[in-house]
Amino acid sequence: MNKSNQNIIEVNNLTKKFNDFTAVDNISFNVKRGEIFAFLGPNGAGKTTTIKMLTTLLKPTKGTIQVNGFNPVFNQDEVRRSFGIVFQDPSLDDELTALENIEFHGVLYKVPREVRVRRIEELLLIVELWERRNDLIKTFSGGMKRRLEVARGLLHHPQIFFLDEPTLGLDPQTRNKIWDYIKELNQKEQTTIFFTTHYLEEAEKMAQIIAIIDHGKIIIHGTLRELREKTQTNSLEGAFIKLTGKSIREESGNGLDRMRMFRNRGMKRR
Amino acid sequence: MSTIYILWLRQLKRYWRSKPRVVGSLGQPILFLIAFGFGMGPMFAKAGGGNYIDFLAPGVMAQAILFMATFSGIELIWDRQFGFLKETLVAPVSRLEIVIGRILGGATIATLQGIIVFLLTLLVGFRPVNIVWLPVAVGVMFLTSLLYTSLGTAIASTLKDFHGFQLIMNFLVMPSFFLSGALFPLQNSPNILRTISKINPLTYGVDALREIMVGTTHLGLMADVLVLGAVTAFLLMVSSFLFSKIEV
Repeated sequence: MNKSNQNIIEVNNLTKKFNDFTAVDNISFNVKRGEIFAFLGPNGAGKTTTIKMLTTLLKPTKGTIQVNGFNPVFNQDEVRRSFGIVFQDPSLDDELTALENIEFHGVLYKVPREVRVRRIEELLLIVELWERRNDLIKTFSGGMKRRLEVARGLLHHPQIFFLDEPTLGLDPQTRNKIWDYIKELNQKEQTTIFFTTHYLEEAEKMAQIIAIIDHGKIIIHGTLRELREKTQTNSLEGAFIKLTGKSIREESGNGLDRMRMFRNRGMKRR
Repeated sequence: MSTIYILWLRQLKRYWRSKPRVVGSLGQPILFLIAFGFGMGPMFAKAGGGNYIDFLAPGVMAQAILFMATFSGIELIWDRQFGFLKETLVAPVSRLEIVIGRILGGATIATLQGIIVFLLTLLVGFRPVNIVWLPVAVGVMFLTSLLYTSLGTAIASTLKDFHGFQLIMNFLVMPSFFLSGALFPLQNSPNILRTISKINPLTYGVDALREIMVGTTHLGLMADVLVLGAVTAFLLMVSSFLFSKIEV
């Protein structure tokens, strides 16, 4: 059997409910090995919840998932060894140095010492943090933290790399750099890339397959060209707005969505 | 094993690097030693209680351990809010290893804190009766540290933010300290206070330290250690269970 043609992620009828609220509503999709897959949608659409289920952090209410041939509910460790991840929010220890953070990861993932030393140097050189390796994270800028998280997520040679809004709040230079590393990685190591972003031009430029989720449902799935044809628009942004635009949102928006928006607004103010 | 070690090492590095925290957390025991030791000492002696510094020193060591250990456990909330917890939770290691590593790290720090306070008590004139037994005292300190780090971890596993922090301070940590016999003897106090002190694990830590360092005891070292051990084992299980239920 030729492994390279297999789906590395298979999602069937996946549902996640939080009490009465359905965050992910009966979605099904596949991601092929080596593919760059963009998972798009407005805030609160269910992107992060889906990623949490794929990465063993949440258990599905219904449906099945296969990641690299394993079930995240029953084969947690096998799934966890298969992927690397950059979370939406920073997840570094501020009181440790860059090197200590990445070594911590290497120990947790049981990367053998010789491999670890070599790979850490290689990755930190790529993300241009080798010179700063002995500095505490609390002295790092947002972009540097992100680059370190990208390097850290790749340390154990994952077959899938999840990136949840990896470029949020970064300047264009840093954003381009991060995508350059990721593209290089995808070509050199055939790593499958699964990412979310609100910068649609990033998805347009990077992704081979795009899926858009809204109100917990996948509303479109295909190549950029297919998306444009189906929506009769000439850009991804056009398609996105057409599919998730105001009229559609109000149709199925509920009280909880409004409460969430309200809460998010309040949090930003602080 | 390597997972437990790296988590333990992380806690120690964090402790060692935050000098303000080390110094700051010593402020309270020093204050108790000086204010109570010298302020209440003469009264205590007049009332026939003997040398107050001898009475107080083990109590203040227990206080330092109680605070440091509980906070080290509660630090879990920080890791949750700053995202670092997620990094450990998606790694291919068991939750049990993670929680054990964390608790051992926190308990080690609290024990170090207890030892530092012991050295400080020497400066204000405390002299332990038997130096040979000091390693046993360190053992009791570690057991007490484990107990309260587990407790802090168990509580933190159920909290999402720091809103409950003041509650824990005022209704758990402070009462545990005041009603443990650390500052004043509770033998002649009202029934209710004595009952509370009997179900307060810190009472047994203080009593054990006093037995080893001063030679006075109410229950005997064996009984103290048995109670501490049993409560620690129970809290370790509770915190492991609650930690395994955390969703991020």
